[in-house]
Amino acid sequence: MKPTQLLAAFALCATALPVLAEEVVVYSARNEQLIKPLFDAYTRDTGVQIKFITDKEGPLMARLKAEGRNTPADVLLTVDAGNLWQASEEELLRPIQSKILTANVPAHLRDPGNEWFGLSVRARTLIYNTSKVKPADLSTYEDLANPKWKGRLCLRTSKKVYNQSLVAMMITEYGEDKTEDMVRGWVSNLATSPFPDDTKAMEAVAAGQCDVTLVNTYYYGRLMEKNPNLPLGIFWPNQNLKNKAAGVHVNISGAGVTRNAKNPAGAQKLIEWLSSDKAQNLFADANLEYPVNPKIAPDKTVAAWGGFKQNLINVKEAGSLQVQAVKLMDRAGYK
Amino acid sequence: MLSDNLDAPLKTPSAGVFVWPRFSGWMLLALLIAALVLVPVAVTFSSFSHTEGDTLAHLTEFVLPGLIVNTLWLVLGVGIAVSVLGVSLAWLVAMCEFPGRRLFDWALLLPLALPAYVTAFVAIGLLDFTGPLQTALREAFGPMQLPEIRSRGGVILVMSLALYPYVYLIAKNAFSTQGAIALEAAQSLGLSRTQGFFRVALPMARPWIAAGLMLALMETLADFGTMAIFNYDTFTTAIYKAWYSLFSLPAAAQLASILILFVLVAVVFEQRSRAKMRYGAVGRSAASRRIKLSPTMAALALLYASTVLAIAFIIPVTQLALWARDVMADDLDSRYWAFAWHSLLLAGMGALIVVGVSLLLAYAGRQRPTKTMMWAQRLATIGYAFPGAVLAVGLFIPVAWLDNWLIDTGRDWFGFEGHEVLKGTLLVMLLAYLVRFLAVGFGPIESGLHRITRNVDEAARNLGTGAAGLLTRVHLPMLRASLLTAAVFAFVDIMKEMPITLMTRPFGWDTLAVRVFEMTSEGEWERAALPSLAIVIAGIIPIILLTWRGAHSHG
Amino acid sequence: MAELVLNSVSQSYGSRQIIADLSFNLPEGAIGCLLGPSGCGKTTALRCISGFEPIQTGEIRIGGEVVSLPDWMLSAEKRRVGMVFQDYALFPHMTVAANVGFGLRSATKAARQARIDELLVLVGLAGHADQFPHQLSGGQQQRVALARALAPRPRLILMDEPFSNLDVELRERLSIEVRDILKREATTALIVTHDQNEAFALADWVGVMHEGRIQQWDTPYNLYHEPTNRFVADFVGQGALVIGEVINDHQVEIELGILSGHIPVECDASGCNECVRNCRVDVLLRPDDIIHDDDSLMLAEVENKAFRGAEFLYTLKLPSGQRALSLVPSHHNHAIGEKIGIKLAVDHVVAFRRE
Repeated sequence: MKPTQLLAAFALCATALPVLAEEVVVYSARNEQLIKPLFDAYTRDTGVQIKFITDKEGPLMARLKAEGRNTPADVLLTVDAGNLWQASEEELLRPIQSKILTANVPAHLRDPGNEWFGLSVRARTLIYNTSKVKPADLSTYEDLANPKWKGRLCLRTSKKVYNQSLVAMMITEYGEDKTEDMVRGWVSNLATSPFPDDTKAMEAVAAGQCDVTLVNTYYYGRLMEKNPNLPLGIFWPNQNLKNKAAGVHVNISGAGVTRNAKNPAGAQKLIEWLSSDKAQNLFADANLEYPVNPKIAPDKTVAAWGGFKQNLINVKEAGSLQVQAVKLMDRAGYK
Repeated sequence: MLSDNLDAPLKTPSAGVFVWPRFSGWMLLALLIAALVLVPVAVTFSSFSHTEGDTLAHLTEFVLPGLIVNTLWLVLGVGIAVSVLGVSLAWLVAMCEFPGRRLFDWALLLPLALPAYVTAFVAIGLLDFTGPLQTALREAFGPMQLPEIRSRGGVILVMSLALYPYVYLIAKNAFSTQGAIALEAAQSLGLSRTQGFFRVALPMARPWIAAGLMLALMETLADFGTMAIFNYDTFTTAIYKAWYSLFSLPAAAQLASILILFVLVAVVFEQRSRAKMRYGAVGRSAASRRIKLSPTMAALALLYASTVLAIAFIIPVTQLALWARDVMADDLDSRYWAFAWHSLLLAGMGALIVVGVSLLLAYAGRQRPTKTMMWAQRLATIGYAFPGAVLAVGLFIPVAWLDNWLIDTGRDWFGFEGHEVLKGTLLVMLLAYLVRFLAVGFGPIESGLHRITRNVDEAARNLGTGAAGLLTRVHLPMLRASLLTAAVFAFVDIMKEMPITLMTRPFGWDTLAVRVFEMTSEGEWERAALPSLAIVIAGIIPIILLTWRGAHSHG
Repeated sequence: MAELVLNSVSQSYGSRQIIADLSFNLPEGAIGCLLGPSGCGKTTALRCISGFEPIQTGEIRIGGEVVSLPDWMLSAEKRRVGMVFQDYALFPHMTVAANVGFGLRSATKAARQARIDELLVLVGLAGHADQFPHQLSGGQQQRVALARALAPRPRLILMDEPFSNLDVELRERLSIEVRDILKREATTALIVTHDQNEAFALADWVGVMHEGRIQQWDTPYNLYHEPTNRFVADFVGQGALVIGEVINDHQVEIELGILSGHIPVECDASGCNECVRNCRVDVLLRPDDIIHDDDSLMLAEVENKAFRGAEFLYTLKLPSGQRALSLVPSHHNHAIGEKIGIKLAVDHVVAFRRE
């Protein structure tokens, strides 16, 4: 049994066989359980087969680079703008002209050079312990550096791209020096060493180890779904500011067509579909994210968190300033 | 020179063997295998052709000092803990008699089936501020300051619990063949049993312990998953930082090169101690000479072994089972069978390849025991110390290059239309597994082969067996236990492996380890329990198989 | 069975000469022995004969067939030479029967079984066929090794220090047994050992080796009674050298008297020394050459005595101060320091020219 299975496996893998149905190949940093239902829906709608591989962005991009002209990938799908920007810098993506995408995706959530487009929005916002903190105590991200929060702040590790993007945006808004002071302030207010993920940070807030933390909204959604009785509330910072820093920091999960795509038309169609009404609900709701298309209403649970003003600086800054942000965090001692 | 008074006619010397063959096929084979490992090393070192001054300068100033200190403490801590745990347990099980010894003999190996990163998230889940233990204590006694699991000590604890079996198994083998003799020699010189242990038995077993320690420490250095969960910065996490966060693969590769240099230095030291390995011929088993412990000591021994087993295996697995039970209804679907099947298939194929190549490499060393050969063998096994993703890239780049060349040539000459020749197959994956895990296969097989004395080879040849017959009728049967050990180590390690699998798998080849990655990267630790549990179960079976066979062969 | 011939065989390792100009001739069916201290090259000689070491000069022939030349050697598995190793080298994963039958590939199953049974009976291990080596005692393992080597009816059997791992009483008994077995199988055999007793009990021909050369290849009796050079005289048996002066071609005078008999003339590469009159020589006196005689006027002082059961081995101090050994029946128990009467009883005169 085994030899024939092996042979079958090898045969399946060798793509020297003629393609029977149209096929689009996706390299995705977005997890399998989130994208598979989507791709299945696409196949049902259009008959196009989607082959995909999931991995962390770094290896995905290294793979794309090494494969060069012969890469099988048509689409690169990531969970953060920074990596899309980097992919563009490394000339791994190609610009596409699409009226659909221009209409569906707000300008600050896509590449000015049309190489990548946001498909869902995640806000990184404040979560607080409702029994210990009143919303009136909270105001901005920067305020968390205030000594009044000493020993009351929990943060996720600086190694995760979400925090790196946040700090990168702050550099755009305030400049490096001020941002560095703020991050130092955060670090001195930490109640405990940074957590490997947002969920653990929120659990620490709920348990009383600290009072406030910064997370991506969908983690909050998931946690509250599992444990509705947790004393956690969500707060939208930076709402009353009038400068560049106004608005909640947002990031995108997005995609672009690879430079050496074998099926660039099919890739474009896929991305366009992902930005369309039906897909937006599937894409965003599955993960309790916000649809990138402002005309589409978010999931009920998500909507219940209330509306907020977004920060409008183009998310590509998250990428272009990522290296500086990381170095800044290292200097400030933010692990 | 020839005598003049030959009575009988000379038989023509036709069926002879030339005495000094000019060129050794075995040496070539060993060098080829070593070259395979050196490919990713070379690719990594080639990064020095890029200048990444800024990145490296920044890292050196702000990050490296701290994490070199971290790494040193980690290596020191894990080294000591693993040695103490492994050697003490091995001594108890090999040399003493206490209730439950037979069970612990194999049960203490079970943590091999549990990936360290799984133990990590279970430990944190249980013992952190938000975990059940501290929460219960707070409710009972009010707010209190408890030791932090997310600390240097915590990382050392988790890594040690995951890695002590390497030292345990190897030391146990050494003690059961040499321990009794060592003790008796010591006692005849007036030393007490304790003194005999420290002054005779332990030094005699030192080269073996060093080999097991080497495996454990290499795995510690290369580990990324556990460090990420603990947010503990080591040299390897700096490598990933340079790559993922600072967008500089060349800088990451340069750091990796430094890591490899350190590992090579360690290999040189370990090589010195290897030279002192002396293997006795097959003798009687030491069963009749076990030390009978007093009731107090026996109780303590039982308590010690039970505690280790509990915290290294039973408690984590129980927690995994509880979590898995909660999510099973939602998550366990038909795709799981595919994941499990892929894991088993890859681990099986990988183990076979690792064992086969290890056997070839060990055999080559036996045929041509020169210094060059020894170095070739040592170099071939350093893949184990490579951070997984760096190894994957180091192999992927040349394979992709080769692939591109093949495709281009194929297109020009044959009108080949495809875009993948090697890349889409399992070849790269299996090759990467080979490079990474040759160390775990080679160790047991080399030891086993060393135990077969030259006289046995010559006796067989005198009885008319050629080289092939020698291999099949004498060596392979005598190596059965070693081959099995090598296969089990490789199988279990491949089942647990994550970064290489992620990067090199063809489409549709997700495994259980990939599932674990998907879940933990999203912080969904409870959901990660299900595939983790499956990995553990799949790994337990070969381990039990290994130890039952081992028990059998001791008559 | 075949005869073994070595002609001027030498072997060196780097700059070290291991064996040099080794020549001897072992007739068919005879048992030979290379006897010498450790490091004399005897094991290397064995390995050259069995086909595991090359030779630099000379030739090795087994049964008339050339098996080793300086630039060529027949591979070990084709030589049909059996070997019994010092550590037996039994295959631990096979039963006794399987070990013994290992070299019997070409025969039919029935023929193999018959031969295995025959050999097990021969070595006295008939009931142990299904046991494993680790279940046997040292002596039993050694017999299995012998049976295994004999089973394929080799042309020649080589044994490397066969009894060194066994205790003394066992050694003597086994020496006799092994000799019987070899004679019954009419096997030509070459043993290598440092133990004289073994050599003398087992072998028809013994070559005393020293520094890679054979000093004398002879029967045990001749080696003992007619050693041709000092090394052999020293190595084989016990004795003492006393000063003597040659009177004529059949008489030599020593302190204790005049010895008559054939005076061997010492020959070496440069020629033979004619030593007719007034030559000063060293004469070998074995312990059995001096006997205790109460009536004798010649007295010697007892310096040391070693109890041997039936005899005492006395170390005597002669009037001139020279030492000699004497075997005396043990009911003559003299104290140390006592003077006893002694007499010469020399049959073979062994003398070496003094320089």
